[in-house]
Amino acid sequence: MTMKISIAIVLVFLLMAKAFGQDGTEILEKIDKNMSSTNRIFESSMTIHGKRNSRTITSRSWSEGVKKSFSEYLSPASEKGTKMLKLANQLWIYSPSSDRIIQISGHLLRQSVMGSDLSYEDMMDDRNLTEIYSAEITGKEVVEGCKTLILLLKAKVENVAYQSQKMWIDEERMIPLRQELYSKSGQLLKRMELSDVEKIQGRWFPKTILFKDLLKEGNGTEFKMTNIKFDQQIPETIFTKAALKQ
Amino acid sequence: MLSLKLAFRNLIGAGLRTWLNVSVLSVAFVVMVFYNGMLDGWNRQAHDDTINWEVGGGQLWHPLYDPFDLLGLQEAHGVIENQAKKLIGQKQITPVLVTQGSIFPHGRMQNILLKGVQPEQEIIGLPTSNLVSHAGQEIPAMIGKRMALFTNLKKGDNVLVRWRDKNGTFDAREFNIVEIFNSNVPTVDNGQIYLPLNTLQEMTGMIDEATLFVAATNYTGGNFDEWQFKSPKYLLKEIDEIIKSKKAGSAVIYILLLSIALLAIFDTQVLSIFRRQREIGTYIAMGMTRSQVVRIFTVEGAAHSLLALGLAAIYGTPLLYLLQKNGIPISQTFDSLGVSIASKIIPVYAFAMIVLSILLVVVSATIVSYFPARKIARMKPTDALKGKIQ
Repeated sequence: MTMKISIAIVLVFLLMAKAFGQDGTEILEKIDKNMSSTNRIFESSMTIHGKRNSRTITSRSWSEGVKKSFSEYLSPASEKGTKMLKLANQLWIYSPSSDRIIQISGHLLRQSVMGSDLSYEDMMDDRNLTEIYSAEITGKEVVEGCKTLILLLKAKVENVAYQSQKMWIDEERMIPLRQELYSKSGQLLKRMELSDVEKIQGRWFPKTILFKDLLKEGNGTEFKMTNIKFDQQIPETIFTKAALKQ
Repeated sequence: MLSLKLAFRNLIGAGLRTWLNVSVLSVAFVVMVFYNGMLDGWNRQAHDDTINWEVGGGQLWHPLYDPFDLLGLQEAHGVIENQAKKLIGQKQITPVLVTQGSIFPHGRMQNILLKGVQPEQEIIGLPTSNLVSHAGQEIPAMIGKRMALFTNLKKGDNVLVRWRDKNGTFDAREFNIVEIFNSNVPTVDNGQIYLPLNTLQEMTGMIDEATLFVAATNYTGGNFDEWQFKSPKYLLKEIDEIIKSKKAGSAVIYILLLSIALLAIFDTQVLSIFRRQREIGTYIAMGMTRSQVVRIFTVEGAAHSLLALGLAAIYGTPLLYLLQKNGIPISQTFDSLGVSIASKIIPVYAFAMIVLSILLVVVSATIVSYFPARKIARMKPTDALKGKIQ
């Protein structure tokens, strides 16, 4: 009798594990589908909460798929007119004060974007989650009143900044509400809180993301997107170096 | 000999005026020797300390290594091949792996360099043997006194360090500070953490790799494999340039003092020739040629410098000796400039430097004495004898 119960328990666990394994990958695919679009235009404000004060940088961005994006900074005055162009794995920045276009490459990509908790590399990684991580469901939790699945992501490729991630996925809307990024040895490095989820043109999308580098003091960087439009007509000329100086 | 005798007799006879000139000239000479001695002492100490702590008998760099391009460090590493291993075994070179990281002491982020060194190395003066004796869970690490002060870390403290491996993947672990070393060389201290080479190689996935090798002082080989040899002269170039600029700066002070003394000698000479026309006329009347009289007056002016050297020897020798014995305390503000400097500088009075300083004083005093004396050659002896103003 005991033997039969043990076998049954093992079988149930095996079936659950298999089911979770499949679900994990499927969920990642759904997240990728939800979070990516053919193209999008949005305005955003990035508030960097420092130890003593906070500063906000606003910008307008155009992006096509995950390979092309163009941003123009609107404020503060010191950053106004700065433009950023990303084409695949290349990034150029135009600074109006020097009237020069600088290519950010190699290890410069690992530097912070305007003192925020985000690096250029964080912005540049355009691979789908399914390409770089394998996922499994490890539990369930209620986050901000929403039922979530806890997804554990483990890198399946070598060239990835974070070896593992933990994601709290809204079961209904299939978008992450919280994301934790871990080092190789399991140290929690960064946390992202995604909120202001709205249905925009038929898809659920978190409009506010709070990035927090957990190793340093400060209250993180808040990234708010406003006026988002998906699947628009974007002229091809906007994703050219010539557009940086215009 | 006669002119020298006459010169000294006249100088002593001039009394206070002579001693004022001589005093200023002697101060200029002592200051000159002091400044040059101090800078030479600093130069020697900086060279010795930098060789002992950092440079050794030269370094062998990976082709992509550039100490001024920290962002390029991620690519600047290569495999330690057989020849290098042989030289390591012979204690001719010691490998160092350098990579970038960040530490978070008390919640503040600071970018640092992680340096992997062999704990058993004896080529440079870093007390790396302390990295062996640790037996804890954390990674044993060693920092310098400046870094400890800046980060507020003490021996035995733990600090979180974040770095990226060779693929760019983040990793973070606690480091335990097992040693805080005290070095006069800020370039081995500021913004750097030392840990065992093997540990850093494992942490970064750069197994059996190094960024550079430090050679022993008796290393005679040059480049090998891809490693490019940089001589101590090349590596100490920066210190030499700093000392050179300091020497130029300090020269202003003693040149100013020397100029004041020389101006006083010049004035004294002009006055002497104006007031002693009868004496000049008598010399010529007694059969001396004009050039002989010019020589008497030139030697008289130049004799100021000899008296100044004598006076300088009387008070300068014990003073300079005392400074050499006790050293010159140096403000720690120099340290923050990133220049290798000890808390006390022991001046070095090189023989050549002293001889050159003596020559400078004597020759310049002679030149300023000669110019006014040239006027004697144009004097009419009869008028001079009558004491007529010419």
